[in-house]
Amino acid sequence: MPRSRKSPILATRRTVLKSVAAGAGLAAMPGFVRYAQAQSSAPIKIGFQVHRTGIGAAYGRWYDRTTTAAVKLINDAGGINGRPVEIIAEDDGTDPKRGAEVVEKFASQHNCDVGYGTLFSHVVMGSAPRAGEIKLPYFVVSEGHHVASGALNRYTLQPGITDVKSQVKSMAPFVMGNLGKKVTMIFPDYAFGHDHRDFFSAAVEANGGQVIEKIAIPPTETSFTKYFPKIPRETEVIYHVMVGPAVLTFVKEMGEFYGPNKPQIFGFIDSLEAVDLNSPGLEFLDGTYFWEGMPRYTQADQNDYDKHYRAAVGVDDNGASVSDPKDVSTFAHMFGCWETLYVIKAGMEAAGYQGPQDRAKLIEAIEAMTDMPHSNEHPQGAKKFNGRTHQVFGPQYISKVEGGKLVVQHTTAIEDGFYPDETDYTTQSF
Amino acid sequence: MDFGPYLFLASLEGAVTAAVLALTAVGLSLVFGVMRVVNVAHGEFFMLGAVVAWWVASYAGGHPAIGFALALLIAPIVTGAVAAVADFLVLKRLDYDPERTIVATIGLLYIIQQTVLMTYGPEARPVEAPFNVRIYFPWFGYSTYKFFVIGAAVAILLGVWLLMTRTRFGLVMRATQLDRETALAFAIPVDRVYALVFGLGAALAALAAVLIVPIQQAHYLMGGDPLLLSFIVVIIGGLGSLAGTIVAAVLVGMSDGIISVFFSPTLAKIIATLLVALVLVFRPQGLFGKRAL
Repeated sequence: MPRSRKSPILATRRTVLKSVAAGAGLAAMPGFVRYAQAQSSAPIKIGFQVHRTGIGAAYGRWYDRTTTAAVKLINDAGGINGRPVEIIAEDDGTDPKRGAEVVEKFASQHNCDVGYGTLFSHVVMGSAPRAGEIKLPYFVVSEGHHVASGALNRYTLQPGITDVKSQVKSMAPFVMGNLGKKVTMIFPDYAFGHDHRDFFSAAVEANGGQVIEKIAIPPTETSFTKYFPKIPRETEVIYHVMVGPAVLTFVKEMGEFYGPNKPQIFGFIDSLEAVDLNSPGLEFLDGTYFWEGMPRYTQADQNDYDKHYRAAVGVDDNGASVSDPKDVSTFAHMFGCWETLYVIKAGMEAAGYQGPQDRAKLIEAIEAMTDMPHSNEHPQGAKKFNGRTHQVFGPQYISKVEGGKLVVQHTTAIEDGFYPDETDYTTQSF
Repeated sequence: MDFGPYLFLASLEGAVTAAVLALTAVGLSLVFGVMRVVNVAHGEFFMLGAVVAWWVASYAGGHPAIGFALALLIAPIVTGAVAAVADFLVLKRLDYDPERTIVATIGLLYIIQQTVLMTYGPEARPVEAPFNVRIYFPWFGYSTYKFFVIGAAVAILLGVWLLMTRTRFGLVMRATQLDRETALAFAIPVDRVYALVFGLGAALAALAAVLIVPIQQAHYLMGGDPLLLSFIVVIIGGLGSLAGTIVAAVLVGMSDGIISVFFSPTLAKIIATLLVALVLVFRPQGLFGKRAL
């Protein structure tokens, strides 16, 4: 992990004074224009806030791999504005407090141009205000609705992954039409889960259905059987979304509880991200449905963009690492890193970005974006970006488990997930 | 769900919690009883047991039962050995001074946790259950493996009780617990007894973890909850009293299961903690503890 090169503790007061004087003298000399020149060749530094430890570790590992792969491609193709891209990765322990510290470190210690990569919504909520205060453009890859809700600030953007509100809005008609009208929801008891609770309930009612029970589970819970009796017997569809290290236990215990007489089950793949669908105890999932941000298993009609993306990141046709078939990726989310990096690249190129003094220009350039076509840069699908709410919208996939694989049944249109703007960040000053 | 089956499920869940908790807490209680050491690293020994179990099971191959059986054997031995070494290297040098050993075991907690993070990694990994059969009651299904956990815990606890009451080593332990100086005068190698007891306490936590790891997964942060609950149990039962520990484990485990099912898991934790406070105020030596001499 790169650390600050200067260690003030080791330097005596005298040497510090000396070097300060020397630096000041150097800067005052005519012709000292290292960063003022028109074309700097110094790398563009992207601070990567990664959940390397804590409950988001599995996501962090794959966000890291995706980021590395995308940056390699960007650099091989000449970098951004002719400058190489350097990733400065810092672990935030999936912890909001630590997250804010990491953001601060990016700006003050590493002199990063932008911050990027946060997934877990409570960490985003903890970090984004700090990014706004120190005016560091902060690109989150989180699916939380917090960006578009207006709760954050002009410096925080989510241009690589659709938010939960849009996801559930676009999928609710399918669930209501094909699975059932009486829904019981099971979700983690914090911001991300509450997004699901609020927006899916609203979407269900808008489609003539009813959420008959909402079961909130503390995010640190390790045993789940005790929650299942709360599922009312008349439930037609169980809607589940869980995160964290205990997801496998959750799904397994649900199978144990229900056995063959289960209601329809619609899950967010979050409940099984980084988990092998063929783990013992998961057989009961056959025939159930999942939301996928991007289809984990290679589909029959695979396009070239998907092929290109899988090859670059090192993911096989089953969504696992090519070097270890047991190492299953977080395929439904990590494309967001890839796409966000390409948005940063496009934004910096449009803004003629040279250094931190152009941060506002960068944000304005991205706010001006609208259509992002399905391409190698956007392998998950075409996107529409809303500059006012700083949120991107893309297609969603509904897959069915068939023979131990997820097979896409329905792809939503981008417009299915549109909702009225709740904020306009462009009216905020920089 | 109707009240009857609901209560039945709640009791089953409570019994599993109680079984695992009893094993873990007896280890903690034993260490405190004999050595007067408050082992804050106890939860990490639990975690270490689970991680070793994963390692053993993933290298064993073949039927999952083989890996599990090997883990049941190897994990407690490895964990016990680590604990015995820690006792020799750290606790012994501190002369088992109560305050300093608390700080030392906090240090041990972080060393074990971070070492596992660096080697095993931050993932949660499952160990396959030795058998994967479910029974279907008319109202709900339940894994038979959970019944096995309850049975195995009872068997192990019986073993511990026999060890304490029927063997020479148990006699030596009880003698050391009763009066360290007199035991020394009777040529009991107290140092070695301490190392063995510390190892045994850790091994019991590891055994509990091996039993639980096919239900939950091995994860480097999994030691926190068992530590907290073990302390709750040991304080309610009376530090150093094995019978009290087991009664308190059943009490806390069952009430945790039942309250979690009927009300909420948070309420269960609140009540357990409240119980600790009440015990500390009205009966500081615990339900079964003897007043300090």
